[in-house]
Amino acid sequence: MKILVCISNVPDTTTKITFTNDNTEFNTAGVQYIVNPYDEIALARAIELTEGGKGTVTVINVGEAANDPTIRKALAIGADDAVRVNAAPRDAYFVAKQIAEYAKDKDFNVILTGRESIDYNGNQVAAMVGEFLDIPSVSIIKKLDIDGDTATIEREIEGGKEVLTVSGKFVASCAEGVAEPKIPNMRGIMSARTKPLAVVEAVAIDEVTKVTKYETPAPRGTVKLIPADQTEQLINLLHSEAKVI
Amino acid sequence: MSVLVYVEQAEGKFKKSVFEAVSYAKAIADQQATSLTAISIGDVAESELKELGKYGAAKVLNVSADQLKSFVNQAYASVIAAAAEKEGAAIVVLSNSFSGKGLAPRIAVKLKAGLADGAVELPSTDGKFAVKKTAFSGKAFAITELTSANKVIALNPNAFGVKENATDAVIENFSADIKQSDLGTVIKDIVRATDKVSLPDAELVVSAGRGLKGPENWGMIEELAGLLGAATACSKPVSDADWRPHSEHVGQTGIAISPNLYIAIGISGAIQHLAGVSSSKVIVVINKDPEAPFFKVADYGIVGDAFEVVPKLIEALKAHKG
Repeated sequence: MKILVCISNVPDTTTKITFTNDNTEFNTAGVQYIVNPYDEIALARAIELTEGGKGTVTVINVGEAANDPTIRKALAIGADDAVRVNAAPRDAYFVAKQIAEYAKDKDFNVILTGRESIDYNGNQVAAMVGEFLDIPSVSIIKKLDIDGDTATIEREIEGGKEVLTVSGKFVASCAEGVAEPKIPNMRGIMSARTKPLAVVEAVAIDEVTKVTKYETPAPRGTVKLIPADQTEQLINLLHSEAKVI
Repeated sequence: MSVLVYVEQAEGKFKKSVFEAVSYAKAIADQQATSLTAISIGDVAESELKELGKYGAAKVLNVSADQLKSFVNQAYASVIAAAAEKEGAAIVVLSNSFSGKGLAPRIAVKLKAGLADGAVELPSTDGKFAVKKTAFSGKAFAITELTSANKVIALNPNAFGVKENATDAVIENFSADIKQSDLGTVIKDIVRATDKVSLPDAELVVSAGRGLKGPENWGMIEELAGLLGAATACSKPVSDADWRPHSEHVGQTGIAISPNLYIAIGISGAIQHLAGVSSSKVIVVINKDPEAPFFKVADYGIVGDAFEVVPKLIEALKAHKG
């Protein structure tokens, strides 16, 4: 079984998000980058499914050379090889097109992503790759088992879950529950240095979206503190002042 | 030319988030000086389809083919894209629900359209079609211009509100060719906790963290949520410890929510947690540590032990409800 795992290079979760150039660019000064946490879940499951000689895991990233340390981290966790499509990731549409172009003649049985990247929160790439390749896609999955040619998947729905099966090739975006992220061990870190990391050029594609400006949420006023023994006052405020209950 | 809104049904009914998407799409149709068409797929009674008129849908395309009775995003995307072409709709709107998230990107590729998902406001009308959407897990917004001719927008729940705009909706049957290869996923089972409010589109949310000390103490959280008609949620350490299911984890690596009221009990308010809840309209924090960072972003706070405050809050709420 050949699995392709798509990874994003994203700011560490503790990053304070700021912008420069009149709020048109993300301020990368001092930002630490990590493998997108959901993509780590996808990667962990891919490794579990191929362990013991049952298959191989390739990771793919669309980005510039500065992303290589993040890609090496994925190799250290346990991917067999990696590919970087050498282009700044403009938007999900662009990224999905590049991944689909790379994957279309490579015979991957399964393509996995994280449920969303924690920077643009899109959850677009998986379903777009599915559409570009004209194969099924399942978004926001919580469980993935593969038996021969058939995968059994649980996906999240409002207030519950849906269990479904898919036969043949498919794409899925993984959420918590699919697997526990793996921490690279020393042997993994050593071997990651010599695992193959191919660099391929991007294909041209028309622009469909463009971020024109960023905004940060308006700061809230100061908190109104209510004495612990006057909970009825809180209820009154929520009812008459905030008007939410 | 018109605006097309996909109205997702669950067991033949439309939820509030669907009426919200219709209200939002109607406002866009007004901006564009055109009419609004809705498309429904699956078994929905005519009386329920008529409801869509209340929020401004002038026409409803009803797709009831047997093979489309349950959700298959590939086939649904084909039908919606075909409807957009037939209606000459350059703008397609849907809810940013779990199914919507699997559907919108496929529609966007079919229509070669830019997609703004997680939209929180109407598009700008200053010549650029730019949509404000959430980014960096609630830490920021990205004003995203859709530069393609066709555009797809997935609206975040609770971002726009339901707005009545009564029209008499005309209902038409619609069908499109479905390829066998579009039916690759087969639903085997659907499990819904019917007694619970669904978290992503809940208006009120009661959430608790490590301060609760153990899963056995969630009874009072459930009771408070039940009295309010609220959904329950939790912080990451709580779901990591399996005290509560992952589906309740809100925060940067869980789900982002924007309810009208978020009550955080025994949650300190780490930056990753705040990212997922900061767009809540009103935040109440109950924590025994007066220095908890959550108080800095709260509207109302009680410094006190959850095990004393929450039972009193339940009593006060019961008294309030009479």
